[in-house]
Amino acid sequence: MKRRDFFKSAALVGLTSVIKTDLFGTAVKSGSVAVHSEPDLVAVMGGEPEAMLLRGLKEFGGIKTFVKKGQKVVIKPNIGWDRTPELAANTNPDLVAALVKQCKLAGASEILVFDHTCHDWKKSYTNSGIEAAVNAAGGKMVPGNDESFYRDVQIPNGVKMTSNKIHQAILDCDVWFNVPILKHHGGAKNSISMKNLMGIVWDRKFFHKNDLHQCIADIATSHKKPALNIVDAYRIMKSNGPQGKSEADVVLLKSLIISPDFVAADTAALKMFSQVQPTDIKDVRHIELAEKAHVGTMNLESLNVKRIKMN
Amino acid sequence: MKYLKKIRVGLSLLFFIPILLFFLDFTGKLPTQLHQLLSIQWIPALLSMDFIILGVLLLLSLLFGRIYCSVICPLGVFQDIVTWKTRLFRKKKKFRYEYAKPQNWIRYSILALTIIVFIFGSSFLVLLLDPYSTFGRISSQLFRPLVIFANNGLSHLLGKTGNYSVYEVKQLSFIPLAFSLAFLFFLVVTTMSWTKGRSYCNTICPVGTGLGLLSKFSIFRIAINESSCVRCGACERKCKSQCIDNDTMKIDETRCVSCFDCLSSCKKDSIHYEYRYKKQTTSVTEPKVSSGRRTFLLTTGAIISTAAFAKPRKIISKNDSILSRMPIMPPGAGSMEHFKTHCTACQICITKCPMQVLKPAALQYGISGITQPHLVFSTEVFCSYDCNICTTVCPTSALKKLPIEEKKLAQIGVAKFRKDKCIVFTEEKDCGACSEHCPTQAVHMIDYKDGLTIPEVTQDLCTGCGACESICPSKPYVAIYVEGVSTQLKAKKPTDAKKFDKKIDDFGF
Repeated sequence: MKRRDFFKSAALVGLTSVIKTDLFGTAVKSGSVAVHSEPDLVAVMGGEPEAMLLRGLKEFGGIKTFVKKGQKVVIKPNIGWDRTPELAANTNPDLVAALVKQCKLAGASEILVFDHTCHDWKKSYTNSGIEAAVNAAGGKMVPGNDESFYRDVQIPNGVKMTSNKIHQAILDCDVWFNVPILKHHGGAKNSISMKNLMGIVWDRKFFHKNDLHQCIADIATSHKKPALNIVDAYRIMKSNGPQGKSEADVVLLKSLIISPDFVAADTAALKMFSQVQPTDIKDVRHIELAEKAHVGTMNLESLNVKRIKMN
Repeated sequence: MKYLKKIRVGLSLLFFIPILLFFLDFTGKLPTQLHQLLSIQWIPALLSMDFIILGVLLLLSLLFGRIYCSVICPLGVFQDIVTWKTRLFRKKKKFRYEYAKPQNWIRYSILALTIIVFIFGSSFLVLLLDPYSTFGRISSQLFRPLVIFANNGLSHLLGKTGNYSVYEVKQLSFIPLAFSLAFLFFLVVTTMSWTKGRSYCNTICPVGTGLGLLSKFSIFRIAINESSCVRCGACERKCKSQCIDNDTMKIDETRCVSCFDCLSSCKKDSIHYEYRYKKQTTSVTEPKVSSGRRTFLLTTGAIISTAAFAKPRKIISKNDSILSRMPIMPPGAGSMEHFKTHCTACQICITKCPMQVLKPAALQYGISGITQPHLVFSTEVFCSYDCNICTTVCPTSALKKLPIEEKKLAQIGVAKFRKDKCIVFTEEKDCGACSEHCPTQAVHMIDYKDGLTIPEVTQDLCTGCGACESICPSKPYVAIYVEGVSTQLKAKKPTDAKKFDKKIDDFGF
């Protein structure tokens, strides 16, 4: 990366973080006017994916809080595996489509969707149902398998990982949404919003080689942060993750967790997950490591959390 | 009779273009059903003992002569296209052929040798000389990379401007031996067809020679009407098989490929495609057997069969840098013996493999298995669990067709775990990449120490897909790898997890 480019993107990242704090940060963090402020985390339960998304976004003031007319938007679901939606290995296609529709309504000029998949990308895009859903909703699928689409990015606050390549769609967009699915994970113990970031980088092997959890926390410190983490818990994978073997691994929770805070989103999602499959949050080490790096907070009590049940 | 040539050209393109596109298609958009066009080739049909196809091919030959060479065989049509293209490069007057004597000594030796070596259990010469497979190797090793290169150039240009409509496709890794073999045959075939029409088919190709023998009995054949012929030589100049002798008014039927070019050249309408048994004809003399040929057969046979029967080598490692393993055969191969004798290395499975894990072998299967497909795992390149394309497109029955549920249990190898190389052991950090990628959880994580988990392999469940090996981050030696097998067995069906039936009504936080 040229120095000039670096300054440009650094400035952009800085700018976005400022805007975000203005939108829903300061009031709550100062602690004075918690009741009427924007929430830090919204959890919705009991509806269909699209209805839950709309209900959740409403608490944040609707999609227009995040997406302005003419902006370039990127949505990053988990499309890592050549699996059908029923197996809960990938983000629910209805949820992704609903988000595309919302961005469209807000006047986004372009809505790109991609993942750096683990299985063959074409098969994963197709069999996850996400490609068809996104195309129908007016978004565009972008290949994530091509190294030339990834650009070097420094991660100054990284402990183990201080640079990697990130997909240009993320680097060049105005706003992006991180849309993971809540899953058991053999290596990382659990895969939620921060683990989902492994799909925006090129060199994934680096993570596994150099302390997986630390690298996941590192990537959460640096890159252009998503406007929201929208954790799909409509169907969750309770065992044999991240691919799953059969529908016996899947539990229908009909839930959704939304938060701009990586750590809070993952903490809340893991607590929900633990009701099905008890998991010690200490074992999902990257959550604690990210908190240590000031990415966010695990202390849900300190946050303005909205819990909504739909029927 | 002039319409016959047009029909022949039209039909040949109907076979040739889909076959070529099938080999070039890197998008996977063409229907796999096109593989039927490969199954109706002579050698694949012979190897898979498909009696219906063989019957039809035989009938065609007995009716119309070597129509296979002119219409169905992609290498034959490819040569016609090369020959046709030479017109652009030379003056019309030079675009002429003249009668040439048959190279009986060479062509019958090659045919005999191919058969003898095959009877003794090696398909080395079949693999080398089957014209369809040669065409497959030329298409996949020479033409396909050019097409992909062009596609990727376009993809990079468009991608930089944010247009993602054309996506990058990985080039198959360069295997020097496979490339050289394809290139050698490309040179020989192109040169011979450039200068001498169909002389490759009539000198080297064992299928051509074999069909030549058959076509002596074909019901229809080309014949010159001696009473009306003025010996102008127009037909001889047109004959790309160089089998029309204007001086004696004889046609060497063993070399005639039924292209019908001669029919449209005759201004006197004296050359016809007609019923053989209309009247008595002089029989073509049988090729004499000379003792020189016998010596040639014996010595060459000895040399080639030595090469052909060289066993697949097991690469033995002295240290950890080289894995000790057998080549890993594609699913459906069954046993090494079956696979090696039935695969003609046409490369169709390799070009269709969406994961590009299939690659042409160099010497992994021995000399006789040169360019036969084997699996090579590398980062994110492994055998996809939900894929059986290679088994469905194989025209020779080297790979048995496996329905997807059977393919999921086909054990093409077994994963071996080397704890002392594992990151969890050496660094004492979580990893689990192998288990994460294992579709059957044959590789799963068990408790190690201090909350860490380490992989363990249940061999019965392992299909040998290589997902674990492909993702293992241990450097320089992977901690988990797949060992090939000489006979593919059936893996156990993975058991489902325990279902969770309770209803969750709480957020949990």
